[in-house]
Amino acid sequence: MGDLFAMKKNIQDLLQERILVLDGAMGTMLQRYKFTEEDFRGERFKDWKSPVQGNNDLLSLTQPEAIAEVHRKYFAAGADIVETNTFSSTTIAMSDYDMEELVYDLNYESARIAKMVADEFTEKEPHKPRYVVGSIGPTNKTASMSPDVNDPGYRAVSFDELRIAYKQQVEALLDGGSDMLMVETIFDTLNAKAALFAIEEVKEERNIEVPIMVSGTITDASGRTLSGQTAEAFLISVSHIPILSVGFNCALGANQLVPHLEVLSAKTNFAVSAHPNAGLPNAFGEYDETPEQMAAQIKEYVEKSLVNIVGGCCGTTPEHITAIADVVKDIKPRSLNV
Amino acid sequence: MNNEQQTTKSKERKFLKLSGLEPLVLSENTNFINVGERTNVAGSKKFLRLIKEENFEEALSVAREQVDGGAQIIDINMDDGLIDGKEAMVKFLNLVIAEPDIARVPIMIDSSKWDIIEAGLQVVQGKCVVNSISLKEGKEQFINQAKLIKRYGAAVIVMAFDEVGQADNYERRLEIAKRSYDVLVNEVNFAPEDIIFDLNIFPVATGMDEHKLNAIDFIEATRWVRNNLPHCSVSGGVSNVSFSFRGNNPVREAMHSVFLYHAIQAGMNMGIVNPSLLGVYDDIPKDLLERVEDVVLNRRDDATERLLDFAETVVGTAKESKVDLSWREEPLQNRITRALVKGIDKYIVEDVEEARKNAEKPIEVIEGNLMTGMNVVGDLFGSGKMFLPQVVKSARVMKKAVAYLLPYIEEEKLKNPQVGDSDNNGKILMATVKGDVHDIGKNIVSVVLACNNYEIVDLGVMVPPEKIINAAIEHNVDIIGLSGLITPSLDEMVFLAKEMERQNFNVPLLIGGATTSKAHTAVKIDTQYSNAVVHVNDASRAVTVVGDLLQKETSLDYKKNIKLDYESFRDKFLSRTKKKEYKTIEEARKNKFQINWEASKIVKPNKMGVQVIEDVSLKKLEPYIDWSPFFRGWELHGKFPDILTDEVVGKQAKELFDDAQQMLQKIFKEKLFTAKAIFGLFPANAVTDDDIALHHNGKEYFFRTLRQQLRRREGVADYALADFIAPKDTGKQDYIGCFCVSTGFGVDEIADAYKADLDDYNSILIKALADRLAEAYAEYLHKEVRINHWGYAANESLENEDLINETYKGIRPAPGYPACPDHLEKLTIWELLQVEEKIGVKLTESLAMWPASSVSGYYFANEEARYFGLGKIKEDQVADFANRKGMPLEEATKWLATNISDE
Repeated sequence: MGDLFAMKKNIQDLLQERILVLDGAMGTMLQRYKFTEEDFRGERFKDWKSPVQGNNDLLSLTQPEAIAEVHRKYFAAGADIVETNTFSSTTIAMSDYDMEELVYDLNYESARIAKMVADEFTEKEPHKPRYVVGSIGPTNKTASMSPDVNDPGYRAVSFDELRIAYKQQVEALLDGGSDMLMVETIFDTLNAKAALFAIEEVKEERNIEVPIMVSGTITDASGRTLSGQTAEAFLISVSHIPILSVGFNCALGANQLVPHLEVLSAKTNFAVSAHPNAGLPNAFGEYDETPEQMAAQIKEYVEKSLVNIVGGCCGTTPEHITAIADVVKDIKPRSLNV
Repeated sequence: MNNEQQTTKSKERKFLKLSGLEPLVLSENTNFINVGERTNVAGSKKFLRLIKEENFEEALSVAREQVDGGAQIIDINMDDGLIDGKEAMVKFLNLVIAEPDIARVPIMIDSSKWDIIEAGLQVVQGKCVVNSISLKEGKEQFINQAKLIKRYGAAVIVMAFDEVGQADNYERRLEIAKRSYDVLVNEVNFAPEDIIFDLNIFPVATGMDEHKLNAIDFIEATRWVRNNLPHCSVSGGVSNVSFSFRGNNPVREAMHSVFLYHAIQAGMNMGIVNPSLLGVYDDIPKDLLERVEDVVLNRRDDATERLLDFAETVVGTAKESKVDLSWREEPLQNRITRALVKGIDKYIVEDVEEARKNAEKPIEVIEGNLMTGMNVVGDLFGSGKMFLPQVVKSARVMKKAVAYLLPYIEEEKLKNPQVGDSDNNGKILMATVKGDVHDIGKNIVSVVLACNNYEIVDLGVMVPPEKIINAAIEHNVDIIGLSGLITPSLDEMVFLAKEMERQNFNVPLLIGGATTSKAHTAVKIDTQYSNAVVHVNDASRAVTVVGDLLQKETSLDYKKNIKLDYESFRDKFLSRTKKKEYKTIEEARKNKFQINWEASKIVKPNKMGVQVIEDVSLKKLEPYIDWSPFFRGWELHGKFPDILTDEVVGKQAKELFDDAQQMLQKIFKEKLFTAKAIFGLFPANAVTDDDIALHHNGKEYFFRTLRQQLRRREGVADYALADFIAPKDTGKQDYIGCFCVSTGFGVDEIADAYKADLDDYNSILIKALADRLAEAYAEYLHKEVRINHWGYAANESLENEDLINETYKGIRPAPGYPACPDHLEKLTIWELLQVEEKIGVKLTESLAMWPASSVSGYYFANEEARYFGLGKIKEDQVADFANRKGMPLEEATKWLATNISDE
């Protein structure tokens, strides 16, 4: 495998050549398996003290084949990069299931599975190397907003708590074989800054370079993050370390993201990424934008030269990724003045 | 990417970029970033006290004032021996972050202690500035701190300080700056654009020779740093430079202006400046300027002595007392801008004529010179640096200028017919609705909007709905603004909203005026019209609202958000009011206010019947004027007379007060208005629980009063005005009075004349004064009645202050106001006193009084009589009221609509 890795093109160089495709939703795909509480527990956690159904990240330990299968489907659909199944794999988010101590295993295994599948594809199609990006979610707590309306100065989590939790996750993701890291679905920029701080610490301690993707979330039509920043303020707040890309994901459909991507595209020299939802949720909370509809929107991104990396978030499937990959395949990427 | 592109890119200047909730980018177009420093315990005694007392709420308002006042970054410092700096920093920052109107700007975390800085960096999501680090404790610590700052994502202020000491001359500043820069950029990999140098501003003119070069060294070092250390910024605390002139603000202001003028040219692009200690460079008198520049630039050996000598002559000469005409020598645009900003109309025609001669077409003078000036006015007003009365004065100058140009523009149009009208931001229709005569607020809003380059179609007062609709279509307006002061006007507004919906209007509707409210707008008007309806009750907000509504990029979102906002407001409002409980009218009557009529002293009026007063001198009313509402009308808030010395609005309030005084004397001297009054005193008794019967000229009249029905705590009576009059069955004869006064005769003519003379300021001013005089007359007449005509308080001796505070006995409630909100009883007063026939005050179809500056009401003499608010009533009382009035229920419902509970 070592040789294979050496042959792989530097992702920076690849970004100059073409638009890279990220995978789609993991959760949407896992729903199709209709796993029961028992399936979630598997053999290892059959006597676990609290219910675990819905802890999708746990499936990397208890249903690794399913996770590998989803990655496989996305690579087969045309994705260059898949995200590890680790959106909630921090001590902070795992405390809901009393699984703080499993954080290392969860991240390590998830990265290992994704890496294994990526290498399968790279071996088969050396001209199209495949990558694994370690997914680092926002956790379920916010560092710059109070959950208590009567006490605006209160904070449920501190920078240091986040930094330590993120550091554990980052170390395990890298140990498991992640090629890159992605701080994503950022609704509070301070959480993201704690994650970036942790990554910098790990880089320094290990004396390594790791490409980092940063992806925020504009929550609604106000055009701001949940913590109140405009797209440009967000960009400025995360541009202090050399990152590979900055972008937006989740919350909005591809169409609604356009004005915010335009801001990023105009104001940054980093690559720009976007992985929107399959439209806005309908009355039942389902995402029903078809692959064709979504691809048509993505076409607008590439025609306007807004992006370097595209993929999907909630509600997207391998079919969406196929359609997107098809749209971007022969298109010149947004030029990078790095 | 090709190489050529890459090289040009890397040569580009990199700009310092900071963020709060919003971005702040120091581009080549950014002249100077002003850092607010009042949230600094070392610099502000007030802030220190607030933090020590843990009064964070008020400490926040200090931060807010700074941002509102134009600070683009706020510096926060908690370094004081008596407070836990780290805890205070974190707590205050957490609270600041929760206030979007403060947190929109970037934060400067200021401390000499690293642990406080780091604690601050851990709670702010935006890109901050750290103030400060230096080589003072050696390179190692400098590097460690810089690395962490970079990792936390902040920019940094680097003090010109090293192991040897603080840089105090040109060479040392260069040496330390260069070394710091090299360490940061080459060893820490710090982004050079994130470095800000504080090159130490030290005092000049201290009398010591070694301080002579302090300012010029800073300025020259700044120039060197900006030219030789690419991409970095230079900052500093400006007030230090004038330290030796403490106590002499005119000189300090001049020194700051001069210093900044030269430092900014040299490249200083950020700093801490106290705006109240900063003059305008161009406004500095020539002789003072010369001496200050001699000192700052060290141009002569005896510079300090010369300035000291001169300073003595400057002490105490307040800036505004001198008529300084040096600005007349400035370039044309400066003169025009200044005339607009200062509201000086004396030279505007001659300046505009000069501009016209220079311009190719006369319209260019409006679009160029005048709009440039008005934009300055708009910016100053928007950022709270100018107040409403000034803006209205600016408008006066603008109008005069435009009027002068109009004939030339018409001529040009004849020559060149394809030239269109001048561009404006949008067209806004303004009207006071049918039946209502009040227009001061509407006129103020119109003037301010016109200043912001909106075209105003003003339909005046008492405008019927069909006229509003037709005019809106005819002029193709972008927004309709409705105003009203009396409650029936609310229904008119609802009706108009319905009508606009029916006719498929799609322009936003603005609602304003004294009786309007966000609640009424949200519940009653917004629901009738599918486009945006916005309640706007002050002129400054009107500008932002109209801007948001009409700006293409934001309009849709804004309208959507407004709609949602009103919907949620409505939901909250309705669910809140549901908690209220009401009594039946029968229950309420049982709990009426009881006066012990056996013991109560009833005084028979000295003279019964109706009297007319035609000859009161207006001058006599002057002491009775209550000035506080006058200032409120101009959006200057505070209590008279304290408002005249208020820290924020005092200067403006004083100016306005002086103008008002001048106008008032003119009114007195030239007898511009005629004051008229009529009143009557009659035998009366309460005949049912809620009705008062009185007799005059052998006829019986009834005042129908309304009773509180809201269920309140046990032991509180449910009041109606009838409770203050002895019931017939007590066998006691009681009395009641009623009155109408007006100072409005002649007002409209004069106001219109001012308007025709393009002087909206005086037009509004005179109307506002007429209103004040009418109220003063009501106060004066009430006193006369108490002491003489009725005489129940013959020994009363009260200061005017007590009158305003209503410490006298008896009340004079006015129909349409809280104790008796229905306007219908005015009809009875009019019939009883023959108001229209005798003094000429009329009632409109909505029962507003014309002329507008009029007051009418009842007199109740009983010493237990008190003012109360009726609150909401229920349908049972409405039906009962209709029955007592002998009018159809629908009609009663219409008149009482705003007082009927929705539940």
